[in-house]
Amino acid sequence: MSWLLTLPIMLPMLMAVVVFLLRNQPGAGRLVSIFGCAVLLGLAIALMVVVWDQGVLAAQMGSWPAPFGITLVADLLSAVMVLITAITGFAVAVYALADIDHKRERRGYHALFQVLLAGVCGAFLTGDLFNLYVWFEVMLIASFGLLVLGGDKAQLDGGIKYVALNLVSTVFFLMGIGLLYGMTGTLNLADLHGAVMAVENQGLLTVVAVLFIVAFGIKSAVFPLFFWLPASYHVPPVAVSAVFAGLLTKVGVYALIRMFTLVFTQDVSFTHELLLIIALFTMVTGVLGAAAQNEFRKILSFHIISQIGYMVLGLALYTPLAIVGAVFYLVHHIIVKANLFLISGVAKRIAGSFELSRIGGLYAGAPLLAFLFLIPAFSLAGFPPLSGFWAKYLLIEASLEIEAYFVAFIALLVGLLTVYSMTKIWGEAFWKPHPDGRTPRLSMLTRRERWSLLAPIMGLAAMTVGIGLYPDPFIVFAERAAEQLLQPESYVRAVLGEPSS
Amino acid sequence: MDTILSVVVGLLVAAAVYLMLARNVLRFIFGLVLLSNAANLAIFVAGRLTFSAPPLVAPGDLAPPGLVANALPQALVLTAIVIGFGLLAFALALVFRAYQDLGTLDSDAMRLAEPKPGTPVPPADPERSSKTQAETPRA
Repeated sequence: MSWLLTLPIMLPMLMAVVVFLLRNQPGAGRLVSIFGCAVLLGLAIALMVVVWDQGVLAAQMGSWPAPFGITLVADLLSAVMVLITAITGFAVAVYALADIDHKRERRGYHALFQVLLAGVCGAFLTGDLFNLYVWFEVMLIASFGLLVLGGDKAQLDGGIKYVALNLVSTVFFLMGIGLLYGMTGTLNLADLHGAVMAVENQGLLTVVAVLFIVAFGIKSAVFPLFFWLPASYHVPPVAVSAVFAGLLTKVGVYALIRMFTLVFTQDVSFTHELLLIIALFTMVTGVLGAAAQNEFRKILSFHIISQIGYMVLGLALYTPLAIVGAVFYLVHHIIVKANLFLISGVAKRIAGSFELSRIGGLYAGAPLLAFLFLIPAFSLAGFPPLSGFWAKYLLIEASLEIEAYFVAFIALLVGLLTVYSMTKIWGEAFWKPHPDGRTPRLSMLTRRERWSLLAPIMGLAAMTVGIGLYPDPFIVFAERAAEQLLQPESYVRAVLGEPSS
Repeated sequence: MDTILSVVVGLLVAAAVYLMLARNVLRFIFGLVLLSNAANLAIFVAGRLTFSAPPLVAPGDLAPPGLVANALPQALVLTAIVIGFGLLAFALALVFRAYQDLGTLDSDAMRLAEPKPGTPVPPADPERSSKTQAETPRA
């Protein structure tokens, strides 16, 4: 079954080559891109089924035995992240049919998009620290390209900030890898799990752990390292910023969860306490930033930051229930956040701007869009019975369980403030009449545009409602995933083989 | 030798931080070049340095004789140099393009994506009607 682990990486890479060759025939390129995403979705489902049935799956690349070669591993967390990547990728590929202009297609939008998916899947599936760095870079260079593709002035401006700060994060990551290798002599994550126990100077290990917190903290946009995100996520086309918003920062969170459950667990009272403080500040600053903005996508960008705080909070509390909450939150958030960005694109398309003061009347003119906005917006804020309610419920229950009342209070307060800024979008974009006196209608879009823009939004909204109404299987899943994370023996055994052999 | 190289890493980082604190984006990129080289050197030193002991396996043997240099950090550094080179080339091209289009390298003056509060908001796009269906999709 080990070939199944390589396919989610190989397929998008192959598709990238094909669509690059087809870049002058946009019609064929689009079809290939969508076909690639559909096959990726099938592969991700297959991988999920196999991992659910058989437990952690590992494959040694080039048949080099475990701690020496590169290992690909999929536990439940990896599998679900690949699945959600495929879902988001597919939704955005359909949306891009109407959202990406011919100029950007000719310059290689589809190829970069596929490389981005390959990088994200690679980062989720690798079991080797240096290989993780390589996948981060693949993802990063593709995202650089996507961000500035088209070359609008605002894109260049936002792009510089994005590129500069992400490169700094890369260097921190690399330095952390070097120092960790110097202390342990291995880069295999499963091998590191055991090797860090044998390090003599545990204090030095904690220093390296902090280097990793900074590196992944910049990637996942936590306080006070998030400034690149609101500077850049609102400049590219919506089909680009939706996939960024859904996936990129979450790769950082995934890396944090992986490293701080598998490797750096020797000084939990320091590292996870630090993460807890970071998480609380991230939640509060993110939501306050959102309240101060007046642009659709900038509000959503600040919300990403605040929501990242919740996920890091789950990791930082480091109880079984809290990890369950973090995993559930991760999955729920990717769907909801990508969807909100997609909706902002439709709103801009028919009402004319992302600036809330320049638009309005969407409720009167396009009630369907208003309804579709309310689902992810309420879910993000944590209204029952949507997916966000269960995500927040799990985290707050986890904090009450260990009597961290202040943490629970902040989590509830941030939820309330999220409602406030969602109300602002609702009031400005949907409720008030359009300042130019026109009525934005969905019928302004062509039939083809309506299909390719609204179908992904409806699909993602249906998933949000589905998770909200039938949370049981998802919570059971998250519990098993959390169990694998907190007791990494099965992960280590899958990679290194039985201890006796 | 390790000590000297460690000090060099420290000096490189210090110089990099100094350059990166500048407002000029080009200086920032130069700082980044130094910083990534400092990281590469740090990996190299972290792999332990051995003098004149190449990890060569004689024909017929399965392992090199005695203690030899660790080849892995060198492979890592090579990979990191290649990746870093690509990224920095991209960053330089981006800075050049930004200088051409935005007319400045001062990071404080780059406020296009994040205008100061009070800057007038651009008007909404003109209304689309179903008559303009032939229009190419816009971003």
